[in-house]
Amino acid sequence: MTDVARLLQSRSFVELGARQRARALLDEGSFRELLDPFARVTSPWLPKQGIVTQADDGVVVAKGTLDGQPAVIAAIEGAFQGGSMGEVGGAKIAGALELAVEDNRNGIPTRAVLLLETGGVRLQEANLGLAAIAEIQAAIVELREYRPVTGVVAGAVGCFGGMSIAAGLCSYLIATREARIGLNGPQVIEQEAGLDEYDSRDRPFIWSLTGGEQRYASGLVDAYVADDADAIRAELHRLFAQGKPPQPRSRRHAWFLQRLADVDIRTQLDAAAVRALYQGDAQ
Amino acid sequence: METLSFEFPAGQPARGKALVGVVGSGDLEVLLEPGQAGTLAIQVVTSVNGAEQRWQQLFERMFREQTPPALNIDIHDFGATPGVVRLRLEQGLEEVGHD
Amino acid sequence: MSRGLNWLQALAGGQALTGYPASVKVVDGSLGKRAARYIAVVPDAGNPFPRARNGEVGLLEGWALGQALDEVIEADRDKADKRVVVAVVDVPSQAYGRREEALGIHQALAGAVDGYARARLAGHPVIALLVGKAMSGAFLAHGYQAQRIIALRDPGVMVHAMGKAAAARITLRSVEELEALAESVPPMAYDIDNYATLGLLWETLSVQNIEQPSADDLARVRDCLQQAAEDIGASTDLQGRLGAPNRAASSKVREMLRAQW
Repeated sequence: MTDVARLLQSRSFVELGARQRARALLDEGSFRELLDPFARVTSPWLPKQGIVTQADDGVVVAKGTLDGQPAVIAAIEGAFQGGSMGEVGGAKIAGALELAVEDNRNGIPTRAVLLLETGGVRLQEANLGLAAIAEIQAAIVELREYRPVTGVVAGAVGCFGGMSIAAGLCSYLIATREARIGLNGPQVIEQEAGLDEYDSRDRPFIWSLTGGEQRYASGLVDAYVADDADAIRAELHRLFAQGKPPQPRSRRHAWFLQRLADVDIRTQLDAAAVRALYQGDAQ
Repeated sequence: METLSFEFPAGQPARGKALVGVVGSGDLEVLLEPGQAGTLAIQVVTSVNGAEQRWQQLFERMFREQTPPALNIDIHDFGATPGVVRLRLEQGLEEVGHD
Repeated sequence: MSRGLNWLQALAGGQALTGYPASVKVVDGSLGKRAARYIAVVPDAGNPFPRARNGEVGLLEGWALGQALDEVIEADRDKADKRVVVAVVDVPSQAYGRREEALGIHQALAGAVDGYARARLAGHPVIALLVGKAMSGAFLAHGYQAQRIIALRDPGVMVHAMGKAAAARITLRSVEELEALAESVPPMAYDIDNYATLGLLWETLSVQNIEQPSADDLARVRDCLQQAAEDIGASTDLQGRLGAPNRAASSKVREMLRAQW
């Protein structure tokens, strides 16, 4: 196939909204949304601050099948309030994962996929967003013991704040070239640490450190895929078929602490230095 | 933020419901559901204050040419231009028509 | 010295374990008749990572917390009576820096969350004692996985997603506007009384000397920690956090999801 033909055939995933993304990944015809927009469970806190709500609070929870197996997908809509986690959207994700845990306890092998497109806590709901993220994290760790939990960071928002920690808890992480994964947003780092430490306007620099390709090359994500719905679905099938990883990345404290002891702290790091440090027996 | 209500004459209730758009910068979310025969009821929640006349005119222009089906429409607007509003509404009307 | 270190030493006694960075203090002691592991993240002016010298939770701290929890889970694996884990929380923020992002601080903090969550699931009663700031990612990594959260009543004790100045900048408001909003929107408030209305705390306690606990303070806090451990019993989840009127939507969403599942 020529490049042009391939380009014409591919379906951009990044350009899809949260609902379309969930639909595109689940087996055809199996998509069933829970607490859909017509249920109108919206943020109780945004109107108090003069901010227009979205009918689904920016989170789509859908059940269906994935490669023939029962699945639940929670997809975050990055276009609404930067994909931020408020009380309702956060409870939708946490609640869905908690029910998936119950399913597994009862012998139903429900697997979970998180489509992460989020700046982290919604500051207008601050402490309730943070609490919800703690509960999402708790549920990932519990569900992961039964069945892989797979996160997808496609872009364009990326995955930041407390939800980047949630990403770090997933059994598997998939990223595209458009994805960025990091704890702190570039502007916040620049504000807190200064321009010399982090220039938030230097996009190539930020991408070189936190972009999907770099995260893959340094072993912090498991799969690096094209921005294409079919490719992402195929990768999901492949990772779920592998079953649980022998040791989740978040349990590898001994290995990471050993690596961090080797960091030359006198200079700043570039992308190549990080790859060199984390490559080798990382995978 | 402002909440506005509008009503227009309409035909028979639409058959399906539909959702289009997103509450993102310069965009809006439109939820359409079957309404009471003869009435098109629209509720707009918008981040832009003082634009009631603009909404009224936009709807009048749209529904003057063709009687719409009876619907309850909820609009959550995040500063969309009249062009985007019209586009989303047309998308939504087409979707409920297809069901 | 720091509040976190003072409270850790006063509550746990004993020597901090070796094999940890100087910023992560792990002390094995007791709580009433039970064995307990006390953990705190404390300032370390000599921290090799310059952005983590004031008690922030950074790369080393996140992974070392994971190590401290993993160790206790493994050591108590076959014991009927699992050690109580007490996180003494006084963490101003996560570490903000280039090295931190480049080396995956999110993954290090996931290491800590993983440790606390698995300790809880393995049957360890996990309690967080808030003696100072409990901010954002730092609190997620150190304390927020606890089954019971206890806060001391003091203006310096606060839970939040972001410092006031930064939160104001990002939401395009002045600090004054932010404070005014917090009056009517409890989840946005910075003080512990407002936080308590969200139902996330198990108990708030007043003490005489927040910086350096008195004998009375210690007795009261120890007693409260023991009650918390008893109250946890054999439960391993975070269900105790739901039910407050100011967090009604969190319960409603779960009920509706269950009905439609």
